[in-house]
Amino acid sequence: MNKLTQAVIMLLLGGSILKATITDVFLRYVKAGLRPYLLVAGVLLVAAAVMTIWFELRSGATAPADHGEHEHENEEDGDGHGHGHDHAHHEPRVGWLLILPVIALLLITPPALGSYAAGQAGAVALTSDSDYPPLPAGDPAPIGLLDYASRAIFDGGKSLSGRTLQLSGFITPGPDGHPMLARIVLTCCAADGRPIKVGLTGSATVDAPPDSWVQVIGVYSNQVGKDPVNKSDVAYVEVKSWQEITEPKQPYA
Amino acid sequence: MSAPDSTTTRHGMGPEDIDWTAATTTADEAAKRAGGDGSSHQAGQEAPPVQTAAPREAAAQPEAAQSESRAAKRIGSLEILAGVLVLLVVLRSPLGGLVSGAKLQTWTTVFVSVLVQAAPFLVFGVVLSAVIAVYVPRAFWARALPSHPALAVPAAGIAGVILPGCECGSVPIAGSLIRRGVTPAAALAFLLAAPAINPIVLTATVIAFPGRPQMAIARGVASLVVAVVMGWLWLRLGKPEWIRLPHRPDLDDDSRARAFWAACRHDIMHAGGFLVVGAAAAATINVVVPGAWLQSLASNPVVSVLALAVLAVLLSICSEADAFVAASLTQFSLTSRLVFLVVGPMVDLKLISMQTGVFGRRFAFRFAPATLVAAIVIGAGFGAVLL
Repeated sequence: MNKLTQAVIMLLLGGSILKATITDVFLRYVKAGLRPYLLVAGVLLVAAAVMTIWFELRSGATAPADHGEHEHENEEDGDGHGHGHDHAHHEPRVGWLLILPVIALLLITPPALGSYAAGQAGAVALTSDSDYPPLPAGDPAPIGLLDYASRAIFDGGKSLSGRTLQLSGFITPGPDGHPMLARIVLTCCAADGRPIKVGLTGSATVDAPPDSWVQVIGVYSNQVGKDPVNKSDVAYVEVKSWQEITEPKQPYA
Repeated sequence: MSAPDSTTTRHGMGPEDIDWTAATTTADEAAKRAGGDGSSHQAGQEAPPVQTAAPREAAAQPEAAQSESRAAKRIGSLEILAGVLVLLVVLRSPLGGLVSGAKLQTWTTVFVSVLVQAAPFLVFGVVLSAVIAVYVPRAFWARALPSHPALAVPAAGIAGVILPGCECGSVPIAGSLIRRGVTPAAALAFLLAAPAINPIVLTATVIAFPGRPQMAIARGVASLVVAVVMGWLWLRLGKPEWIRLPHRPDLDDDSRARAFWAACRHDIMHAGGFLVVGAAAAATINVVVPGAWLQSLASNPVVSVLALAVLAVLLSICSEADAFVAASLTQFSLTSRLVFLVVGPMVDLKLISMQTGVFGRRFAFRFAPATLVAAIVIGAGFGAVLL
């Protein structure tokens, strides 16, 4: 692989990272907090590509490389193989593989993790807070799945009872075949994504297909189940009504 | 690493011949260099400056001439790349349809996300290592680190505190340190310690295990001990010839700017390529291994430690995130989860792949298993005492 090819690949890689970051597609893969780092990394990749092309074209134009500044400790005898044209030796052939993320990001753009991943991994570890602040105002009160689950499990639903709640997530088939409401919790990237699942009870049957996003209006239920994968407690919510929604830009909890 | 890069070039072939039999490291370097320069002609025929060097080198390395003629018939890589890209754009819709199954889709998502997550750390690590390789004078390291190798090892390990980031960045940095004359044992201690004991990772560990600050303390201390032990072990048993740093004439470029960008380009392509291999492996494990399997391994204390050590190697999670994953493995003992946190940043598929690329296969295939054993033993020991 010569330097120009490498430059093109770096350009594509940096460009695809920048594109995914600017269009918010990157939220399917990593946390929003990585945005500035991704932008800087993308710009650096593009800069490395541009500088490589520039030096390459310039050294092609002024053939015998100029030995102007001999500040460097390595004073060669001028045969120039310190900076000959194309050091193809050990030019990493493995670098070809960097086309794969470019293809994946630009052409395939895989979706956010969904019900397959949710069924694969054990539910995320809930942390118990000592006190739960009152729910936000509004009827129904919007609440995150993770927040709901930890209030339901550790607080016995004390801060939840008496309120109508609004939860959103995607549908994933539960161990008994009944649909559950789920969201993937990321700590860093999708590779460490863990599901938070909330069981659905009540008279309104949610019959949306797996992976479709729904918004549920319901109330606290004291039913508790077990996640078959890692035996953690699973909270339930009593569904009053539900509707399908479009996938949010930030699909993870 | 005793021979400065310039000597062999300056003195022609004579000293190199002696090096072949004398200092093994230098011999390896010389081999790389001779082979390297030979093949540099393949693609560099259009460059007039190389011609002066050609006869001398070709005489010394007959195979160089052969590879040169072979190269002449080869289609340039730029043309191949252009062809591949055109094909991809044409085949875009069938390609998208290929990735439709839930399993394959999850694989692609995890693969991309590991790479997107690692990309900034890789790029920053590469830039920092290029700064070390090009702008920081050799004399600095001689002054900064204790001259006795046995003391330089713990010093370099503790210096890992200052590198905020995950393990992807530390591999090229360690390579640069060795290149700049830092004793390999110290550079390796730094390589192992930096991703595990920096403030970001330890803070993440404190947050992930609320009410159990001893987890973060145990992690930091155990990781540092493993790093120092591995450094000393390298001093005692390591053979310099196991480390094969590829010859990099571009680093000795007269123009520092050119050398800097050449180093960036090389490391991004190199370490990045191996990162892709590691990400693919990690994504495969992530999709193939169901979480339910782990459940059955958690009950036995010894098995659970080994299981999580293996899981840490296979999953290749970034060291800034692994504490949260460890926290969610609630069915496992704290000791086994500590081992998970100690092993993860030091040995995993992605790291083995990158180390193979940067230091050579002979190094990686010895160093990684040894580190794994040390990390399990020391991690389990600290877990038994502190947790």
